[in-house]
Amino acid sequence: MIDLAIELPGLSLKNPIMPASGCFGFGREYSKFYDLSKLGAVIMKAATGRERFGNPTPRVAETSSGMLNAIGLQNPGVSKIIETEVPFLANFDTPIIANIAGSTLEEYELVARSFNKTDKVHALELNISCPNVKEGGIQFGTDPQMAAHVTEVVKKASNLPVYVKLSPNVTDICSMAKAVEEAGADGLSMINTLTGMQIHLPSRRPLIANKTGGLSGAAIKPIAIRMIYEVSQQVNIPIIGMGGIQSAADVLEFLLAGASAVAIGTANFQNPFVCSEIIDELPLVLGKYGFTSVEEAIGKGIVS
Amino acid sequence: MIKAQMKILTKRVVALDTIEMNLQNDYISKHALPGQFLHIQVGNYTLRRPVSIADCNRETGTVTILFRVSGKGTNELATYDSGKMLDVLGPIGNGYPINLESPSTVLLVGGGIGIPPLYYLGKTLKEKGINVLSVLGYQGKEHVFLEQEFLELGKSIIVTNDGTYGEKGFVTDFLDRIGLYDCYYSCGPIPMLKAVSAKLKDKQGYISLEERMGCGVGACFACVIPTKEGTGYKKICKDGPVFKAEEVLL
Repeated sequence: MIDLAIELPGLSLKNPIMPASGCFGFGREYSKFYDLSKLGAVIMKAATGRERFGNPTPRVAETSSGMLNAIGLQNPGVSKIIETEVPFLANFDTPIIANIAGSTLEEYELVARSFNKTDKVHALELNISCPNVKEGGIQFGTDPQMAAHVTEVVKKASNLPVYVKLSPNVTDICSMAKAVEEAGADGLSMINTLTGMQIHLPSRRPLIANKTGGLSGAAIKPIAIRMIYEVSQQVNIPIIGMGGIQSAADVLEFLLAGASAVAIGTANFQNPFVCSEIIDELPLVLGKYGFTSVEEAIGKGIVS
Repeated sequence: MIKAQMKILTKRVVALDTIEMNLQNDYISKHALPGQFLHIQVGNYTLRRPVSIADCNRETGTVTILFRVSGKGTNELATYDSGKMLDVLGPIGNGYPINLESPSTVLLVGGGIGIPPLYYLGKTLKEKGINVLSVLGYQGKEHVFLEQEFLELGKSIIVTNDGTYGEKGFVTDFLDRIGLYDCYYSCGPIPMLKAVSAKLKDKQGYISLEERMGCGVGACFACVIPTKEGTGYKKICKDGPVFKAEEVLL
C-alpha cells in the first residue's frame, strides 16, 4: 500500500495532486469530467479586488512543447468569487486554495482580508508573479524586498497559511525564496510561467495581443526542476511544485527535486482527466522506483 | 461533451488546402447539434484544434468535418488516413438556435472555412420544412467546396473575391439579391461577420465565431469576445461559438 497523503501548513492532502491556478477556472467545467473530491486540493483562478476583464485576444499561442498565454487575470472579483465560486467548490471533499493577485499593496491586502470572511478556504497562494498585467504582479515577484514586503502585508491581513508563488523570471531564485520565507511565508509554490513572445509571420507582429505571454507546458519542466532543486535546499518551508507536469513520472521528478506536492496546469487543456489519471498512476510509479509513500520521496534526488 | 476516440472512416481533399473527414462515434453523432465543434488532439501538440461539425449522420454514427490546412497541426491532421483513431472532445458549445418562431425562410451567409457548419445547419432547417437560401464566399475558384450540397438545400449564390468562379465580390454585395428571408445565420472571418451584421442590423441574426482556444471547455479564459454592453467578455467555446449578432462586439 503506497501512502499518497501529505500534510502541509493548513492543508491535509489525501494526495499531492492539485490543478494549478488559472488552468482550471473555479472547477465547474472539470467537475463534469470527474469527481473533484478525488483531488489533493484545488487552486482557484486568481482573485483581484475588483472584477477584471483581462487582455484583448489572441490570448494564447502554441509553442514547441508548450504554450504562451496572456489572459490578464480575468476574474469576477474577490467578493463574487467568495459568494458564488467558493460555495461550489466547497461541495467537494478537497481543500481550497485561493490564488490572490493585485496591482498595489492595498489591493493584495484587501483580497487577502476578504478571504477571512469564509471558513471554506484553507490557504492562500500569493501571486506575485503574473507576467501579464501592466502594473503590479511581476514587479512584486522580481524584487526580493518588494516580495518580502507584500508577503508581510498579506500574512498580517490573513488568518490563513500563505504560499508565495515565485516567478522564474529572475536571476537568483534562491534570494527571492529566502526573502519571502523570512517575511513569514508558510510555503512556496513554483514556478509561474516564463515571459516569452512569438511573432506571427503573415502579420509581422507579435501573435499575442499583449505582445508577451507566459510560457508554460512541457518546455519549462527542466527549469522548474532546477529551481525547486536549488530552492528546496535553501529554505525550511514546503514547496508546491509546478511547471510542465504531464505524468506521474513527472510528479515523482518534482518530489525528488524537493517539492512536497505538485500542481498541474497546461496538461489539463490537452486531457481534462489528467489530474485524475495521474492520481491513479502515482502509486504504481512510486512503487516502481522503490518508494512506499510520497513523503519518503521528497528531496531524495538531491545530491550533496 | 465527452472525451472519445473517433475513427477516421474516409478522408478526401475537397478544395485547395481543404480536407474533409468522416469520423465514427455513436455518442457524438447522436448528440452533435449544428454550430457545435470538436476539439481534436493532433500528435503531441500542446493544444487541441477546434474544428466545426459540417455534417452528422445519426444512423451511421458518423460526423463530417472540413478543415483548412493552415499550420503545423492541421498539416499533420491532413496526413492522417482512414483507420486512424483521433482523440476528440465533443460535441462542444452552444450551436445555432433552430427552434425560432416559425421563420419560413432563412439566409445562410458563409465565408471560407466558416462555411462547413452552415451546411449541417441548412440541412437540419430544411428537414424542418424551412426554406434555405445561401450566399457563400470563397477566395477563388480552387477554394470552392460544398457547392452542390448547398444548391440541393435551396437557392445559393457563390461569390469569389477574385471573380474566378461564380459572382465577383464579397458576400455583402449579394445579401439583397438572394430574395426575401426572415432571419440569417452566419459564419466566417470577423471582418465578414462585422460587415454582414452591420448590413443586416434590422434582421434577427446569429453568428458563429472562431478564436485561438486553450482548454475548449470554458476554464482557461483564452477565447473570449467583448459583449456589446461593455460589461465584460463571453467565452467563445462555452457561451458560444454561436451568439446573437447584437450580443457581441466584433
